[in-house]
Amino acid sequence: MSATAPDISAENNERIEVKNTTCYMCACRCGIRVTLREGEVRYIQGNPDHPLNKGVICAKGASGIMKQYSPARLTKPLKRKEGSERGAGEFEVISWDEAFDTMEQRLSKIRKTDPKKFALFTGRDQMQALTGLFAKQFGTPNYAAHGGFCSVNMAAGMIYTIGGSFWEFGGPDLDRSKLFIMIGTAEDHHSNPMKIALSKFKRNGGKFISINPVRTGYSAIADEWVPIKPGTDGALILALINEIIKQGLFDREFLVRYSNSAQLVNMDENSTEYGMFIRAEVGEEEACFDPQNKLWWDIETNKAVVTHTDDVEPRLLGEFALDDGTPVKPAFQLLVDQVKEYSPEWAEGITGISADTIRRLAYEMGVTARDQKIELPIAWTDVWGKDHETVTGNPVAFHAMRGLAAHSNGFHSIRALSILMSMLGTIDTPGGFRHKAPFPRPIPPCAKTPKGPEGVKPETPLAGMPLGWPADPDDLFVDDDGKPVRIDKAFSWEHPLSVHGMMHNVITNAWRGDPYPIDTLLIFMANMAWNSSMNTTEVRKMLNDKNDDGKYKIPFIIVCDAFQSEMTAYADLVLPDTTYLERHDVMSMLDRPISEFDGPVDSVRIPVVPPKGECKPFQEVLIEMGARLKLPAFVKEDGEKKYRNYPDFVTNYETEPGSGIGFLAGWRGKGGEKFMKGEPNPNQWQMYEKNNCVYHYEMPKSYQYMRNWNKGYLQWAKEHRLTRYDEPILIHIYSEVLQQFRLAAQGKTQGKQPPDHLRKRVETYFTPLPYYFEPLESSLSDKQKYPLNALTQRPMAMYHSWDSQNAWLRQIHTYNHVYMSPELGRQGEFNDGDWVWVESQWGKVKGMCRFSESVEPGTVWTWNAIGKAAGAWNLAPNANEAKQGFLLNHIISEELPPNEDGEHISNSDPVTGQAGWYDVRVRVYKAEGGEKQETFPQFETYNPVPGQEKRKSWLSYFAGKGKKS
Amino acid sequence: MNPAFSVIFLTTLIGVGQGLFLALYTGESYAIVNVLPSQSQDFYVWGSVISVAFLIVGLVASIFHLGHPERAWRSAAMWRTSWLSREVIVLPTVIGAITVYGLVHYMGWDLTTFGIKTGVDGDLTLILGLGGVLVTFLLYLCTGMIYACIKFLQEWATPLTVINYTLLGGASGFTFAAVFSAYMAPSLVNFYAGWAIIITLSALVTRVASLMRNAKIRHKSSLKTAIGVRDDRIKQTAMGFMGGSFNTREYFHGMSILFMKSIKWIFLVLVFLVPVILLSFAISQGSTNLLIAAFVSQYIGLIAERWFFFAQANHPQNLYYQTVG
Amino acid sequence: MTQLALVIDLNVCVGCHACVTSCKEWNTSGPAGFMSDDNPYDADPTGTFFNRVQTYEVGEYPKTETVHFPKSCLHCEDPPCVPVCPTGASYKREEDGIVLVDYDKCIGCKYCSWACPYGAREIDEHQKVMKKCTLCVDRIYDETLPEAERKPACVLACPTSARLFGDVHDPDSVVSMAIKEEAGFQLMPEWGTKPSNHYLPRRKMKIRIHEDELVRADNPLKKEGERPKVEDDGHTLDDVTSW
Ligand SMILES: Nc1nc2c(c(=O)[nH]1)N[C@H]1C(S)=C(S)[C@@H](COP(=O)(O)OP(=O)(O)OC[C@H]3O[C@@H](n4cnc5c(=O)[nH]c(N)nc54)[C@H](O)[C@@H]3O)O[C@H]1N2
Ligand SMILES: Nc1nc2c(c(=O)[nH]1)N[C@H]1C(S)=C(S)[C@@H](COP(=O)(O)OP(=O)(O)OC[C@H]3O[C@@H](n4cnc5c(=O)[nH]c(N)nc54)[C@H](O)[C@@H]3O)O[C@H]1N2
Ligand code: SF4
Ligand code: SF4
Ligand code: SF4
Ligand code: SF4
Ligand code: SF4
Ligand SMILES: [Mo]
Repeated sequence: MSATAPDISAENNERIEVKNTTCYMCACRCGIRVTLREGEVRYIQGNPDHPLNKGVICAKGASGIMKQYSPARLTKPLKRKEGSERGAGEFEVISWDEAFDTMEQRLSKIRKTDPKKFALFTGRDQMQALTGLFAKQFGTPNYAAHGGFCSVNMAAGMIYTIGGSFWEFGGPDLDRSKLFIMIGTAEDHHSNPMKIALSKFKRNGGKFISINPVRTGYSAIADEWVPIKPGTDGALILALINEIIKQGLFDREFLVRYSNSAQLVNMDENSTEYGMFIRAEVGEEEACFDPQNKLWWDIETNKAVVTHTDDVEPRLLGEFALDDGTPVKPAFQLLVDQVKEYSPEWAEGITGISADTIRRLAYEMGVTARDQKIELPIAWTDVWGKDHETVTGNPVAFHAMRGLAAHSNGFHSIRALSILMSMLGTIDTPGGFRHKAPFPRPIPPCAKTPKGPEGVKPETPLAGMPLGWPADPDDLFVDDDGKPVRIDKAFSWEHPLSVHGMMHNVITNAWRGDPYPIDTLLIFMANMAWNSSMNTTEVRKMLNDKNDDGKYKIPFIIVCDAFQSEMTAYADLVLPDTTYLERHDVMSMLDRPISEFDGPVDSVRIPVVPPKGECKPFQEVLIEMGARLKLPAFVKEDGEKKYRNYPDFVTNYETEPGSGIGFLAGWRGKGGEKFMKGEPNPNQWQMYEKNNCVYHYEMPKSYQYMRNWNKGYLQWAKEHRLTRYDEPILIHIYSEVLQQFRLAAQGKTQGKQPPDHLRKRVETYFTPLPYYFEPLESSLSDKQKYPLNALTQRPMAMYHSWDSQNAWLRQIHTYNHVYMSPELGRQGEFNDGDWVWVESQWGKVKGMCRFSESVEPGTVWTWNAIGKAAGAWNLAPNANEAKQGFLLNHIISEELPPNEDGEHISNSDPVTGQAGWYDVRVRVYKAEGGEKQETFPQFETYNPVPGQEKRKSWLSYFAGKGKKS
Repeated sequence: MNPAFSVIFLTTLIGVGQGLFLALYTGESYAIVNVLPSQSQDFYVWGSVISVAFLIVGLVASIFHLGHPERAWRSAAMWRTSWLSREVIVLPTVIGAITVYGLVHYMGWDLTTFGIKTGVDGDLTLILGLGGVLVTFLLYLCTGMIYACIKFLQEWATPLTVINYTLLGGASGFTFAAVFSAYMAPSLVNFYAGWAIIITLSALVTRVASLMRNAKIRHKSSLKTAIGVRDDRIKQTAMGFMGGSFNTREYFHGMSILFMKSIKWIFLVLVFLVPVILLSFAISQGSTNLLIAAFVSQYIGLIAERWFFFAQANHPQNLYYQTVG
Repeated sequence: MTQLALVIDLNVCVGCHACVTSCKEWNTSGPAGFMSDDNPYDADPTGTFFNRVQTYEVGEYPKTETVHFPKSCLHCEDPPCVPVCPTGASYKREEDGIVLVDYDKCIGCKYCSWACPYGAREIDEHQKVMKKCTLCVDRIYDETLPEAERKPACVLACPTSARLFGDVHDPDSVVSMAIKEEAGFQLMPEWGTKPSNHYLPRRKMKIRIHEDELVRADNPLKKEGERPKVEDDGHTLDDVTSW
């Protein structure tokens, strides 16, 4: 720079172009503004006019340049070299034509014979609307995204309770909250918005409590850190519920009106209806909503009455008998009974949090909720026709993520949390939890899978959704023997409510041929040979394992990736994808949109630079394959390809002919005058482009709160095809859905019954009210030998495994340490920085330790997915990621030790199939002096694949040709 | 600090050059008052040549320290504020002065050449030399102050830094002068060797004084002041990058405490003990080889001393760069 | 006189490194040319950055505070790095107090970096000149940018708005107000460098529950004919007297 003012004019000439699109350095999907100089990316900033990130950006987003120009990029379709082993990563370049022909031949044969032999699983993608459609049209049930190993407990636990969830579907209203409790969250999907909200919240004088075994990131700025032993949050939350009930700090009115707390439960143990709500009359219950035919116990008349009868005050507590003598209890009484034993003192012994602290936390929550009420002058009408002058909020908000979810007891902990939030009266209220469209949904949501093998037929689309929401045992996707139809065993008796599938078991099951072998596995955007598999070392062997006849156990593997990940090495066919800056994408209402509390929002990506080499968007691949395979949705009547390309598909596709519902909700109708529903608009893309690539509909204020029961909102949602019914969505404090599974397991029902060896399992874990049990792996581990819990956390500046190829981000996280209390070092006689072994019953990894005072002493943790296999991602074989970094996944198992439930039971939550990542028990000990100062395990080094750029020995990135030095 | 060898060579080499010139001039002035036998012009000419050579080689070494040597000329600009800039001006001045001094000896000029009669032999070189001596001391001052003026480098921020630079440069220069005189002016050997011993011993006193001072330093900056948190139990867990940066390369020598200690003893032995003994023996035995050995020992010792000087300095910036994580 | 500076609020900084990489991306294509990276894909990657975020732990478990601590050049009012520079390449601007390096004059002698107690300067190993935070002088006066964006890249990026930018000499500026109201402090005040950048300390929010807040007339348990439970262990008068 010269001493005079810098030459700004040079920046401001016609070489500069500015384009808007949507970030995809992570799943948060912020709006970005990309400045190009002579076609090269000069600056990526947050789009100030975007509702999500309001102009800010994160470390990853601001490093998009290094992703775009990374030498790890794949640029050509590749075929595994004849005769080379899977995993060796030896490829030859082929044309797209050949790639398509190969796939067409294989897949059309499968579709004609047995479509379930084709499995499509996708990782961190955000296009489940399209991938799901493709799978359904193909006719395979074997489709899911990462949800099963990610956070399905959070989705299921909350959606089965309040009809909405954290994650992408709702969140804490920190604008108005006074007390915020964050549980087990390191970074999460709502990355930038959470940070924006947190700092505002703190500046407004709110109190922020973090419950987490580790204090980093968000927890660092918490006003109070409550270190907890991993896997024990259920105990803490149940004790909080206990204390809040005991002190009468719950919002009675809210519970009575908006939840099933006051509904009467049949307590006749001999009845087949035991534990079910008493129905006033039996109507058609087939539809997907709660009929309003349950009973309350009227305090005045001391009689049962139909719920929500005008001017009736029902009992929450007590035990009564109906006229026919049936003993009944209000659901809330059952909750009180359930939590009776869960005293703070009891929880102290489990969680490591003192009883005093637990009580204080309960009081802080309860008193803040009760005494700091917010009244917004917003009139609304509830579904029972009662007008309300105001919306009332109890300003206590929660957020929780995988710290709760990624344990095998997570479903119940999360149910307990949802109940706690409901007791405080904070569901879809100002300052509490708020839904985001298209939530709330009915409990459970209406989508269903086929109910048996007959749903899968050659040359026919699947007779249902590949993923759905079982409402009772009959909804399970099992054959007559109760055996799973899906390769991952989702929706089977082993994990009945595995609503996001169980991707973490796909490879193992396919390898073992249990429940059956498959032919072709297509993996999109998931690094299953590394960080998204549990038991990675073994899974890598399975991917390469052969039958006696010399044929691969998994005969054909297709991987679509943008980079040379560890997984690409195991592919028979590699499809090079574009980056987010090179393609069209939609964040669709049919998938997981980026809605705000105040209304639906969806958005798009529009390419800002041309695809590199021969990269092709995976969407285009699916559209093309759909046409080649003649999948109905992708071809015209005459069998011709229906859509020119993906943008054309997005513009013109309708869920049903004439339904008016498509991938994008904004600017529908011929001239863009409609939204949510309307004919295709040929200029829809341009309209998105003009509007910062985002469509945001702000609902009237009176529709923005209490949506589960808000007549106006529900009717609006029905009108705009967000939902089918405008019936109230009562909070399920007491879950009849779970009780039905339990009854089935007890043999008390007519419908589907679990196989005998699983009866006890289902009966145990399907309790209508949450309870605490030790995480499964822990209960099957030798805790003397493995006294510690091992966890991973997401670093804010790195996305799973995919940013190590990013020259800037990898300088921040070049390798990972094992963080632990110095106390462990004293016990094991090693020092800060020493090499240590971390060993579980499944195996061991070696890494360097780092002492830390901000971790609960019974826990060790490391940053997730920093360690890499040597040579992957086009990093030098001796890169620190491979030599000093390690992956914890090698010591986490995808299956539990053989136990009474069976031999190959997934290491997952028994209700939802959520992978129990954080249940692993370990011990740590010093690596001996003579051992190599290098992480363990090490794998054979990958070589770069054809089409990759040579990696530079130093970088001088400067956008635009006229390089200065 | 991570010692930079270019700077080590610069300071030690010009130290010898400067010291040698001081020795020449001392010899000459003693000769004028007849305390010492007077020497041929050759002695001064060659002495000046060697002194200038030391200075120039030092200068060349320093070039390696610069990212842009071609712009080195710019560094004279800020003499009002920068000791480095001053050094950059004074160093060529010293070279110039010694060159002129040598040249005048070579030409055999004195003031009579310019029509001024003083009746003193070598009056011109004496006057010019005095100027040279002044700038030579000025150069010691500048070089020393480059380090001593950085107040938060507490190991350096003391007058002892300048004194040590001067005395150590002087000692090595006189030792070298003893070697030189063994070839060109044997009658001065004992004189130079004697002074070399005296200066070396003085340097020992001041250097040990600085070692003792530095051993007791209480650093004013701490993690507390560095990040503004009032608590004694602060630990860095991550410095923000893991593969190193300028801040870790420039300020950390990465050597063990044991290595540091050894270097300290090595330089104490090589700079002080060995030369003093060898010089004493050389005086008593008239051995040129011992003189050479004394110089070699002292010079190598000085490299170690300078290494230690850098390495011992604790830059407060290091507080920010302690943990890779 | 104007003194532009950053104020960094440690109370809300979550250590996300957004300011680090957005600074890098803005400046690597800036008027002064690239900011080099060595070994970008090899062992020990390293590069020139103007801004780094560090992490410290204060105290002992369980009373530990984790402090994320971003640091770039503090644009000292009395910058020791400036007078030592032999070429005049390092200078402090009269008009706004920004400390800059003129890369065309710098000889790469590193002396200024020795003279900075904060470790805020980094030499570019390929351009061989000393570099440091420029407070984004090439943004903040650029009239072709919308006014709201005439701010340093790191400030625009920061998701928690932990980075405030303004004139610390103007008592009414956001930065001065923040320093005043939140007890802003300077780093290593002991050296008299008077850093213009300030830091805002951690503040703690507490909730105090009074006992009477737990016993209330409108307790919902009363509706059920119950009262909040009173612990009934321990003696009562009945246990000790009979009157
Ligand atoms: N130990 C441990 N393991 C875990 C977790 C944990 O907490 N602890 N978390 C789990 C969770 S929740 C998740 S979601 C998974 C995530 O694990 P994965 O789904 O495997 O995620 P990534 O490693 O980020 O990326 C997957 C692949 O996407 C590729 N990719 C990046 N951009 C593109 C693109 O534009 N197109 C295509 N086609 N490919 C692209 C990358 O190169 C990479 O190979 O990890 C799981 N694994
Ligand atoms: N920068 C970045 N952002 C990401 C990702 C990324 O890789 N990088 N990944 C994305 C994905 S796919 C996901 S699923 C989300 C996940 O977002 P998070 O849920 O925030 O992810 P984790 O890092 O798994 O965080 C788990 C947290 O829970 C704590 N924890 C573990 N066990 C327990 C427990 O038993 N009790 C409690 N109370 N706490 C516990 C851990 O210490 C950790 O802080 O993040 C998304 N966002
Ligand atoms: S949080 Fe960061 S990486 Fe994720 S979308 Fe937003 S800017 Fe991109
Ligand atoms: S922080 Fe360092 S570089 Fe910046 S002005 Fe102060 S002394 Fe100079
Ligand atoms: S490195 Fe450059 S800016 Fe620093 S002192 Fe030397 S010439 Fe000046
Ligand atoms: S002000 Fe500009 S140069 Fe300085 S740290 Fe921020 S972004 Fe970097
Ligand atoms: S961007 Fe903001 S929150 Fe993130 S590290 Fe920098 S100052 Fe802290
Ligand atoms: Mo995830």
